[in-house]
Amino acid sequence: MKPAKARRRPRAPLDPLLDLDALAERIIKLSEADETEVEIHIGSDALTRFANNTIHQNVAEQTLGISVRAVVDGRTARSSTNKTDDESLRRVVASAAQLAHNQPKNPDLLPMLTRQKYQKVARFSGATSAANPQIRARAVTKVCRMADKAKQTAAGIFSSGSVHEVMANSKGLFARYEQTRAEFSVTILEENSSGWAKSTSYDIREIDPEALAESASQKAANSRNPHELDPGHYTAILESAAVLDLIGFLFYDFAGTAVLDKRSCLTGRLGKKLFGENITLWDDVYHPLQLGQPFDGEGVPRQKVLLIDHGVPRNLVYSRATAKKMKTKPTGHGFALPNEHGEAPMNLVWGGGDKTVGEMVASTERGVLVTRLWYIREVDPYNKILTGMTRDGTFLVENGRVTGGIRNFRFNQSVIDMLSNVEMLGPAVRSSGEESFDMVVPAMKVRNFHFSEVTKF
Amino acid sequence: MMNDWAAWAIETAKRRGATYADVRAMDIRQRDISTKNGEVGALSETESLGIGIRVIAGGSWGFSSTDRLTREGVQACAAEAVAIAKASALAKREDVALAPEASYVDTWQNPFLKDPFRIPVERQIDLLLAADKEMRRVKGVTLAEGCMTFRRIEQLFASSTGSQIHQIKMQSGAGIVATAFSGNEIQKRSYPNSFGGQHMLAGYELVESLDLAAHAQRIGEEAVALHSAAQCPEGPRTIILDGSQLGLQIHESIGHPIELDRVLGMEANFAGMSFLTTEKLRKLKYGSDIVNVVADARLEHGSGLGTFAYDDEGVPAQCTPIITNGLFTGYLSSRETASAIGEKRSGGTVRTESWNRLPMIRMTNISINPGTWKYEDLIADTDDAILMETNRSWSIDDRRYHFQFSTEIGWEIKGGKKGRMLKNPSYSGITTEFWNSCDAICSRDYWTLWGTPNCGKGQPMQTMGTGHGASPARFRNVKVGAAFAK
Repeated sequence: MKPAKARRRPRAPLDPLLDLDALAERIIKLSEADETEVEIHIGSDALTRFANNTIHQNVAEQTLGISVRAVVDGRTARSSTNKTDDESLRRVVASAAQLAHNQPKNPDLLPMLTRQKYQKVARFSGATSAANPQIRARAVTKVCRMADKAKQTAAGIFSSGSVHEVMANSKGLFARYEQTRAEFSVTILEENSSGWAKSTSYDIREIDPEALAESASQKAANSRNPHELDPGHYTAILESAAVLDLIGFLFYDFAGTAVLDKRSCLTGRLGKKLFGENITLWDDVYHPLQLGQPFDGEGVPRQKVLLIDHGVPRNLVYSRATAKKMKTKPTGHGFALPNEHGEAPMNLVWGGGDKTVGEMVASTERGVLVTRLWYIREVDPYNKILTGMTRDGTFLVENGRVTGGIRNFRFNQSVIDMLSNVEMLGPAVRSSGEESFDMVVPAMKVRNFHFSEVTKF
Repeated sequence: MMNDWAAWAIETAKRRGATYADVRAMDIRQRDISTKNGEVGALSETESLGIGIRVIAGGSWGFSSTDRLTREGVQACAAEAVAIAKASALAKREDVALAPEASYVDTWQNPFLKDPFRIPVERQIDLLLAADKEMRRVKGVTLAEGCMTFRRIEQLFASSTGSQIHQIKMQSGAGIVATAFSGNEIQKRSYPNSFGGQHMLAGYELVESLDLAAHAQRIGEEAVALHSAAQCPEGPRTIILDGSQLGLQIHESIGHPIELDRVLGMEANFAGMSFLTTEKLRKLKYGSDIVNVVADARLEHGSGLGTFAYDDEGVPAQCTPIITNGLFTGYLSSRETASAIGEKRSGGTVRTESWNRLPMIRMTNISINPGTWKYEDLIADTDDAILMETNRSWSIDDRRYHFQFSTEIGWEIKGGKKGRMLKNPSYSGITTEFWNSCDAICSRDYWTLWGTPNCGKGQPMQTMGTGHGASPARFRNVKVGAAFAK
């Protein structure tokens, strides 16, 4: 006689687009753990990549992820799969429980949350979701033709995608989120110069590939035949993407866990004046220029948190466990459990000013205008010295004018010192670089920026 | 089932007009364990199964991937790949051309002794916690961390020209870090290497061989001692790099610039380009006469993160001479880029992170051949130098000319002897000037095939493991200390 299990009629792999909520409920019902949490996301992404004025890569992906966290006798672990057949779902549930069972008790583990209320955010665009390879190819073709006409070379990407996700647990918590995202990034090259521009949005209609390409083209033309300038300390005018990539390195310093672990540059410095009076920073997922879920990795509603108040680091962000250890309240910034990093602010919004980059240039006797930065790494974690290179449009400013392109510099600069030396701020705008996540950030004019060496181009 | 998915995909792609199609079906399982200050940090297992379909239609590339592995799901994915290729053709300048390659039907698995997924998790956690305890026993250590990662990749490559290649790769890796915060400084020491330790194509025997607990107290003591060490001086100096730092130096200043897709401008928007333009091939004096570097994916080179039997477009593993007695002699290439520069065959270096990513040129094992020096003799032969060990930060420009590295610890070498400890060591330079200043490389006895598990490239970004064999080496007249110069 066959065992009962073998007689059960197997279900076909389901199409998860049909009902993610039902899938989450089904997984929770399969679990025999003390508590069970499930996160499911389904994504569709496509990216058209071009170089040498032609499309050379063009890709698309459909992905599903199911992640189950089990709690067994004060221990927790996670198991993930992208398989939706019955056997795989049972296996992922059993795996999470088994992993949890095979470890010491976690004294910091808190019970899972019950149902929460979340502030609504609208970050899904039908136009972005409906974008197809032809739409992206047509836009890229126009940009490539512009480059051809200007005797320049274009390289870049045009991407679009969407994600739907649900998070639920056996205590009744249920959170749902959907988002689209579009991105256009372009580098325009000449024989010995280049320019760059990039934009991201949840709504593809807000992205203007031709305008971005035109801006990159101008930078390439204006930085033609770059001069070599001696390294040293200069007034630096950093466009918003360059600012973003530098100050993005501060984000984890605002984690309560980083301070507990004594690896934050804010250890011993909270509440003391550390930056200039003109520096203010929030984490605010609800800002109209921000993207992201209104809940964290445990389902805690995200809060807007004032991190720097006129130069004084005022607050940190906390997961539930970190908040308990530090005798405060969680802020909704925790990562999915279990993890060793705790939490981090991921929706940075910097206070801005009212100066344009043009006004910054006009007010500068001698300085360096920087489009973007590259390969930034931390040299000194407490003094927050970062090194990296300028890239794709670095210019000399003399007597209030941009006078030409210069060869790219290496910098070794303390971000703490930099944020104490900001002379002018532009309006905070949604920006995107390559070294940090997107944020709302201004361009800055900074005195005494340390360009330590120069490269060959 | 993988064979069925591949057959459905290729048949659909051909029917829709593809002139070439290849499929990578991949089943990936990963286990991650981390500990911190006596407790388990992360503990997770992940599995991922799907297929990626790459086609040429209308003379252009298209790629689509899916984890909906029904016949309908696979066929829809293949049809989408063809539709995408036809959209690509809107901006086409010329048809894609591939260097010729034979078809292969084969199976391969890297050798290993102990399947890490069959080792009980509690045993793995206990090993990390034992090392953690030793680190925290040292007064002044404020943070003790350990990690292990295991990854099993089972994959089928199939092509419309008849290849059917089944491979299984088992990766293991582990490492520990001791951090000490005091005053206005954070100092740390890692073992056996920073950023996750050592990683290879190997089983759990790799983790056992590292003997993490035996090294935990030493790195804890060094992290604390760095606080009272002298600052590394500034100025031109002779430096000696340990093998792990030299491995990363190879990765950044040789491995990336020899990627032919970079050279041809395909990565210009993100990862950047390369100073190694094609007219420099077999003409540029890349390094001194003793510098010999190879790109070797074959198992006989070692079981590194860049070892395989076939790459992800079905080309057999090869050994390509990259620098031969100092002369630049080879690139990392794909079938498309090899064809573009007139090479007869791909170097077999195309790899993908997962089923949902387009395969692209990646480093295999980019290694410097061992020299002849005993390590003790090298130190004894050096009058005035700084020995630098274990990477702390790394940065290089987007053409791979100018680099700056710092290491966790330095040691003064005076009169042929290792002297006092130095903190915050760093060095910088121009790639070819640096490699031409190499005057001594240690022998095979000191050579290790290091694994770099976190190399990022491409859009969408892909993370890939690469291998770098290296032994300690000496470089003359290198700029030291610029990272901390005022």
